[in-house]
Amino acid sequence: MISEAFTEWLPKVGYFSLTLLIVTFYGLLVGASIERIIAKVQGRIGIPYSQPFINIAKTFFKRTAVSHGIMFYLGPVFRIAGGIGTLAFIPVIYGSELFSNFSMAGDLFLVIYFMFFGQLGMALGAGESGHPYSAIGIARGLSQMTAYEVPFALAVISIVIQYDTLSITEIVAAQQGGWQNWTVITNWVATLAAMLAFLGMSGYSPFDIFLAPQEIPIGPPTEFHSAYLSFLQLNRALFGATKLVLFMNLFFGGATGWVELMIKTFLIYMVAIIVGVAFPRFRVDQGIRFFFKIPTLIGIMSIVYVQMVLTS
Amino acid sequence: MANELMNTMLNRLKTDFSVSDIIERKPALTTLKVARENAERLIRELRDREGFTHLSFITCIDYIEDGIFTLVYMLHNYDSNDTLGVEVDISRDNAEMTSIHTLWAQAWTYQRELREMFGINFPGSPRLEEDFCLEGWDDIPPMRREFDTKKYSSDQFGHREGRHSEQPREHMKVTLYPTRGGDE
Amino acid sequence: MSKDQNKEVALKNDGLSEDEKLYFSDARPRPYEPYSIKAVEDFANWARANSLWILAFGTGCCSIELRPLMTARFDISRFGVAGRPTPRQSSLFIIGGYVSVKTLKRIIRSYEQMQGPKFIIALGSCPANGGMYFDSYNTINQFDLYLPVDMYITGCMPRPEALLSSILELQEDIKAGNCDGANRYVNNLDWYKANQKKVIKNWDMPDYNW
Repeated sequence: MISEAFTEWLPKVGYFSLTLLIVTFYGLLVGASIERIIAKVQGRIGIPYSQPFINIAKTFFKRTAVSHGIMFYLGPVFRIAGGIGTLAFIPVIYGSELFSNFSMAGDLFLVIYFMFFGQLGMALGAGESGHPYSAIGIARGLSQMTAYEVPFALAVISIVIQYDTLSITEIVAAQQGGWQNWTVITNWVATLAAMLAFLGMSGYSPFDIFLAPQEIPIGPPTEFHSAYLSFLQLNRALFGATKLVLFMNLFFGGATGWVELMIKTFLIYMVAIIVGVAFPRFRVDQGIRFFFKIPTLIGIMSIVYVQMVLTS
Repeated sequence: MANELMNTMLNRLKTDFSVSDIIERKPALTTLKVARENAERLIRELRDREGFTHLSFITCIDYIEDGIFTLVYMLHNYDSNDTLGVEVDISRDNAEMTSIHTLWAQAWTYQRELREMFGINFPGSPRLEEDFCLEGWDDIPPMRREFDTKKYSSDQFGHREGRHSEQPREHMKVTLYPTRGGDE
Repeated sequence: MSKDQNKEVALKNDGLSEDEKLYFSDARPRPYEPYSIKAVEDFANWARANSLWILAFGTGCCSIELRPLMTARFDISRFGVAGRPTPRQSSLFIIGGYVSVKTLKRIIRSYEQMQGPKFIIALGSCPANGGMYFDSYNTINQFDLYLPVDMYITGCMPRPEALLSSILELQEDIKAGNCDGANRYVNNLDWYKANQKKVIKNWDMPDYNW
């Protein structure tokens, strides 16, 4: 047992740490690049590329902090645990032993669970802070999350039926061999439902009501500061990049190299950004109603499509 | 309002409410003075029968030499685009005036402000005892002319040394353009 | 740690009623120490200088100069400055313009909730010497009797270029380690509180707003 740990698990943990570092770094860099692109569109120069890193360093080096209790302290811990846990079970580079993380059979459902787990932990922490705006932000955020999980779950069920497996590695393996095999071509209905859910996940307009800075000061992270905030900032980059990697694996054929991964995830992110800069913000009830109408319908249609067309 | 209609109205007011000092300040702005007992009746009559349905504002002028406050009620007629200022004199000590918040709901804001800034009481007006602009004010109402605002400011907030003011005219004449030759 | 710091006197919180005193802390704030390793302190100061987050609280008319700063012509995001809506997350408080007594109470409340190394820029002539309203019964004349100021900008009102150059100068000061307004405030808390309570007559909040 102990020797097994040393020969099998420890190298994996080491490789996973390396993946974690690269994915976090990449997530921060993508955030900075998007900010710069938006700034150029607005005619400004924009933040330097190193700005997200400096922000995290600054919040980490704050010398005072006020805690509101043990749950307030655990909120960011849960959140970043959710982020790291989600990444731990997604194979990042297909075919590479180094960067396959802890991928195993059935990891797709585990990943979807972990995505929800971080937000719940954050809700408990922000609720303990006692700030009324945090509570409003959490109520809005969680209800919106419940709404966009429905089309996403339906799309995932659809591709699970299509590929007859619950392991992300096998789903990626089934999409190799040219772009015609990608899920976006073979099962475009499910991809459409999932991309609409992705707009809600990314937290950009029109679904950024729970983070709205002019309405409620920043929403759930209102009371978080100093080192708590640096955890949340790190998680924002990490979790964002993880979601992109997951979408790339499920719907766009996975990646066999780091360059291919970066290009694909950047383009998927641009979809959310292009929609975001063009649309104003929905109210939370409008957003929930939106997700329960068309994207859910498309999700249900995707399951029907898979049953009738693909596996008949 | 055509001049004749306005003149007939003013003549009637002179006999019924004993208004005085009717001055036409601008083509559409007239002011008149009325005694304190008839003021509320006059304003009600103007609102109900003469078409002055809009209360623009209520303000106060402090005539410390004569020992009176002059309250000015500015009323506006939308049909004829005329503005009428009703001036009421009240004494400076124990200043009190009937409230007109039953005629226009927004009057209670103006009356709160006058209570805080001048110390005029309007019995019955809602929320008169609450702080309006100044929180925790413990001196005399600050818009009264016996209140020395500069002295109060120096005593409470201090005075920073080294404060220097420039007069732009002198500055330009002496420093910027000395060869220009003075006032032209 | 000196011997005085060991016997800290709790704050009195006189402005609160007996029931409210249960909800608010009466602990006295303590100054923070710089890091003992100089390299870490230098790096921390460099990070703090290049990522100043302004509290989005416009206190007076000079705050109108903050808006052109954030738009395309005088873009301030290239220096790392961003606006935050909550005092918990911001490190720079720009006092823009005149400070009336009513606003001063709210400024104190927001300033004391800010964390860690925090800085104040006094924008305009009004916080410096009373400015245009030096003889008003409602606006204060010397702002640094009430809160510690790290940088003054005179003018009525200063142009955005002046504000930009002062932020750059503040960044140089922070990197050199000279900006300790927060520690000055905590070390002289009684003097600042006496000044504040002299002008704010309806003190119904705790003595220190944690």
